[in-house]
Amino acid sequence: MAKQVTLTIDGKPITVDEGMLVVDAAKKAGMDIPVFCYHPKMEPVGMCRMCLVEIGRPMMDRSTGKPLLDEKGEPKLQFLPKLETACTNPVSDGMVVLTQSEKAKAGQKSTIEFLLTSHPLDCPICDKGGECPLQNLTMAHGPGRSRFLYDEKMHLAKNVALGDLIFLDQERCIQCARCIRFQDEIAGDAVLGFDERARSTRIVSLSDPEFDSVFSGNTTDICPVGALTTADFRFGARPWELNASASICSQCPVGCNITFNTRREARADGRIVIKRVMPRQNEEVNETWICDKGRFAFHYVESKDRLNKPLMRKSGKLARVSWDAATKFAGEALTKAKKNLVVLASGRLSNEDLFNLKALADQVGGKAVLYSGMGGGDLTSWVGVGQGTNLGGMGKGSTIVVAASDLYEEAPIWYLRIKQAAQRGATLIVANPRETKLDRYANFVIRYSYGDEGKTVQDLTKKGKIGDAFVKAENALILYGSEGLGLQGSTALAAACARALNDTGHVGRLNNGLIGVWQRANDQGAWELGFRPEENLQAVFDKADAVYIAGADPFGDGLLKIKNAKTRPFIAVQDLFENETAKLADVVLPAQAYTERDGTFTSGERRVQRFYPAVPALEGPKPDFAITSQLAKQMGVILEGTSASVVFEIMVADQSSFAGLDYAKLAEVKSQWPIVGRGDLYYGGTTYENKDGLGVQLSNSAQRGEKFSLPRVQKVVALRPKEKKLLAVPITKLYDRGVTVSSAELLEQRIGEIYIALHSSAAELFKVSAGERVRLSLDGVSAEVQVRIDDTISAGVVLVPRSMGLPIHEPTAASVKSIRKAAVR
Amino acid sequence: MLRELTRGLATTFKSMFERPVTIQYPEEKRPVRPRFRGRHVLKRYDNGLEKCIGCALCAAACPSDAIFVEASENTDEKRFSPGDRYASTYEINMLRCIYCGFCEDACPTEAIVLGDNYELSFTDRRDAIYDRNMLLEPAPAGQSTTPQKTVPGEFTRSVPSMQDPQD
Repeated sequence: MAKQVTLTIDGKPITVDEGMLVVDAAKKAGMDIPVFCYHPKMEPVGMCRMCLVEIGRPMMDRSTGKPLLDEKGEPKLQFLPKLETACTNPVSDGMVVLTQSEKAKAGQKSTIEFLLTSHPLDCPICDKGGECPLQNLTMAHGPGRSRFLYDEKMHLAKNVALGDLIFLDQERCIQCARCIRFQDEIAGDAVLGFDERARSTRIVSLSDPEFDSVFSGNTTDICPVGALTTADFRFGARPWELNASASICSQCPVGCNITFNTRREARADGRIVIKRVMPRQNEEVNETWICDKGRFAFHYVESKDRLNKPLMRKSGKLARVSWDAATKFAGEALTKAKKNLVVLASGRLSNEDLFNLKALADQVGGKAVLYSGMGGGDLTSWVGVGQGTNLGGMGKGSTIVVAASDLYEEAPIWYLRIKQAAQRGATLIVANPRETKLDRYANFVIRYSYGDEGKTVQDLTKKGKIGDAFVKAENALILYGSEGLGLQGSTALAAACARALNDTGHVGRLNNGLIGVWQRANDQGAWELGFRPEENLQAVFDKADAVYIAGADPFGDGLLKIKNAKTRPFIAVQDLFENETAKLADVVLPAQAYTERDGTFTSGERRVQRFYPAVPALEGPKPDFAITSQLAKQMGVILEGTSASVVFEIMVADQSSFAGLDYAKLAEVKSQWPIVGRGDLYYGGTTYENKDGLGVQLSNSAQRGEKFSLPRVQKVVALRPKEKKLLAVPITKLYDRGVTVSSAELLEQRIGEIYIALHSSAAELFKVSAGERVRLSLDGVSAEVQVRIDDTISAGVVLVPRSMGLPIHEPTAASVKSIRKAAVR
Repeated sequence: MLRELTRGLATTFKSMFERPVTIQYPEEKRPVRPRFRGRHVLKRYDNGLEKCIGCALCAAACPSDAIFVEASENTDEKRFSPGDRYASTYEINMLRCIYCGFCEDACPTEAIVLGDNYELSFTDRRDAIYDRNMLLEPAPAGQSTTPQKTVPGEFTRSVPSMQDPQD
C-alpha cells in the first residue's frame, strides 16, 4: 500500500495515498474543485487555471527538519503569494487547502470571465448545452456579468469538419487540449494539435485523412465545451430530452459497457429510436472509452430492411405467414430430421439464445455448430484468464503477448488498454507477420511468415530474452487472433498458446491465461455453451436433413453452396435481415435486435454482462430464445421461452462455469475511480456512470482445479502456392461490409472499397501499382479490388480483408490480374 | 306597488338608450389586450427567415409538455433560419397548452409569441396539434418564404444580439 498523507481541505482532514493530486483528494472527500483541462486519466497540465486554490504548507525548521510551531503550538503555514492549481500539486503531509476562501473564489470567478471573453454563448443550438461543464461551472462560479466588450469577441469558423465523424466549432473551444492530450496519451494517435498562438489558437488535424483515429468519438465526450461534436448526433436532440438505457456493445469481443440514448422522433414516424451511443464506465473493461465502431455503427438495429413477419416457402416463393404456421411447418421438418438436425449459430446471439439452441440440438440428438472461422474457445474456457483479471491493473512484472492479431483493427479498446499496460511497465511481446500499430509499444516484436504461427508461439518459451520475459513473468497473458488464419490454423495457434501458458504456470490465476480475439461479440459464450465450429461446413450441410441457422449468413459469406436442389436439407433461418441464406430458406423467422430485449453476452475476457432493452420491439419479431422455444414446442421439446432471466437460471444450473450467477448478481455495481457521470460532468466527460452492472468474470477449469488435457499442437502445413500465384490470407478490418456495420451511412468513407495489400516486389511482378484496380481470383471466385502496397509483409503474400465482399476464410492460393492490360487487348 | 313597477320599467327604458356592453360575436370581435396570451405564432425576421432555431428550450420550459421540437441543419442552399440549426418539426398540442407563456420567456430569439387568436375549437383531437406550417406567420410582403437560398457566410450566427423584450 502506498504511503498515506493527511491534509486539510476547507477544514476537513483527509487521508489519501501519497502522490495523489489535490484535486483528486478533494474529490475523494466529496468536494468539487472546478476543472476544465484536468482529466483524471491524463497527465495534468494546468492550462485552464480553473482549479485555482490557496495552498498552505507547513514551514520546516531546516536544522531539525521538524515543522515550525506558532505560539499556540500549531504548525506555521506558508502560503504562496499567488493562487496555485490544484490539478498539478500533489498532496503533502500537513498541507492546508482553501478552495472557498475569498481569494480562491475570486480567482475562479475571473478565470470563468476570461474564458467567456470570446465564447459565442450559443448554448441554445449547442449539442453540449445541458451537459456542458462550461455552462455548469459558469452557473456555479461565474461572475454573471462580463466586463469585456461584446463587440470585441473573436469570430471564428463554426463548423469545421475534422474528418467525416467530428465537427469542430472554433469559437466554443477554450484550448484546454483535452482532445489533443487524449489522442497523444491515451489513444496513441497523435493526430490533433494546436495551430497559431494566443487568441488565434486553434485545434487542427495533423493527419491525412483528417482525424485518423478509431477513438475520435471519445474526444467529444471529454470536451468540456461544445467545440467537438459528432456528425452522427449533430442537432439530434437536447441531452435532457434523451432517455438512457444500459447495454453492451455487440461489435467485438471486448464487450464495452455502453449506454443507448433514445428519444421518440417524428422523423422516424413516431417511433422511439437510438440517438447516440455513449460509453458507460467499467474500469475493468472499457474504462470510460469506446471506439468509433461501437459509437457509430449501431444503425443496423434500426434498419428499414429488418424482417418483421415470418416467411414460408410456398410454391417456390417466400410468402408472409403467421408465427403459428411458420413454426408448425418448420417444427415438422425439424422433427423429421431427428439426429440429422444441424443447428448453426453465431456469436451474434446472446447466451440465452445459444443455450436454448444447444438444448434443442441436444434433446433431438442433433449437432450444434458454431458459425466461426476461429478455433480454440474450449481452451479459453480451460485456461482462459482467471477471475478478477483486469488489463488496467497490469504493469511491471506482467507480460502480455499478442499473437496473430491486429488489435487496433480487431478490438480497439484492448489495443488501448494493452498499450497503457505496456506504458505502465508491462512487457509487451507482439508476434505478427506484418507491422501493426501495437508494435510501437512492444518491448519485443516477432515477425514470422504466415503459416508459422504455432511454431512461433512454441518457440516463445525457448528464445533467450523473450523467453525469459515470458517464463519468468509474474503474470502472463496471451491474446491470440486470426490474422491470416482459418479455423485450422487458429485452433493450432490456440493449442500452442495454451501449452505455453500451462507449461510456464501462467494459468488459473488472475491476470494470467488465454484470451481469444474473436470475430463476434459472444463467440466465447457460444464456446462455453458447447457450440463447436466445423472445418468442413459444406459436408455437414450436405449430410443433414434439416439445418436451423440463427444469426449467420453462410451462403452470403460463400461458405455454403446448394449442390443438389433436390436432396438439399430443409433450411430454417432466424435472423434480423433477409440475407442470402434467408433467400434460400424454407422458413424465415424474424428475430428481435438485442437493443429491443434483455440478455447477456460473454466477452473475450469471459466476463458475462447484461444488456437491457433500449427501444420498444418491432411488431412481429421475437427474441431468439423465444423463437427456439416455440419451435421446440412443435417438436415436443419443452424449453423456456418467456423470460431471458429464467433461461439464464436454467443455464446456470446446467453449466459449471456459470455457477452461482443470476441477473441480480450481474447487475451489481461497486464504486469506481474516477467518479464520472454525476452532476459534476466536467470531471470525466459525458461518460455515463455504471448503475446497471459491471458483470462477472467466469471461473475457468484451471482455477476450479478440474482436470483437462490440452490437445497436441497440430502441425499445420503452410500452403506454398505455385509460381505466378500468391498466398492470400484473411485479415480483419475494423470497418467492414458486415451486416452490423454497413448500414451506418456515416462510416461509408471509412469502410471504403475492397482492397488487397501486396508487397511492392509482388506488385512489380504482376505489373500493378498502388491505387490501381485489379482482378483477384481465389477459390473459384474473383472480384475487382484496389491495390495497396504494404512492404512489411512478405513478397509471396496478398492480404485480403474479411467481410469486404470477397469470401476468404482460410489461407488460399490466389492470382492477381491487371484489368488495365485486358482493356488494352 | 304601481310606484315600484314604474321605477323598474324606468330603469329598463333608460338602459334601452345606453351603449350595449355585449357585442355580436362572431360577426364582431373585440380587440384583445396588449399582453393577452392567445394561440402561438412563430415569428420571422424582416427578410423572411424564421426566428426559430430549434433549440427546444420552449419544450423544456413547457409545464404541460405540449411542445415537441426536432432540429435539423441549415445549409446556404436551403436556409430556414440564421445559423446552423432550425426546427424541422415544431408541434404544439393546443389541448395540453395552458397558455402560461413560459415558452415565450424561454425563447432566446423571441421566435415564439403568444398571439391574439383565441378561437381554438376542434372536432378531432388530432386537429389540436398545430405543426410548424400552421404556427409560422406568413413571410413579410416582398420576401420569399423559407427555405431560402442565401449567400454563404452571411447568416452564420443563430442568436442575434438581443434587445430588451418589449410588449
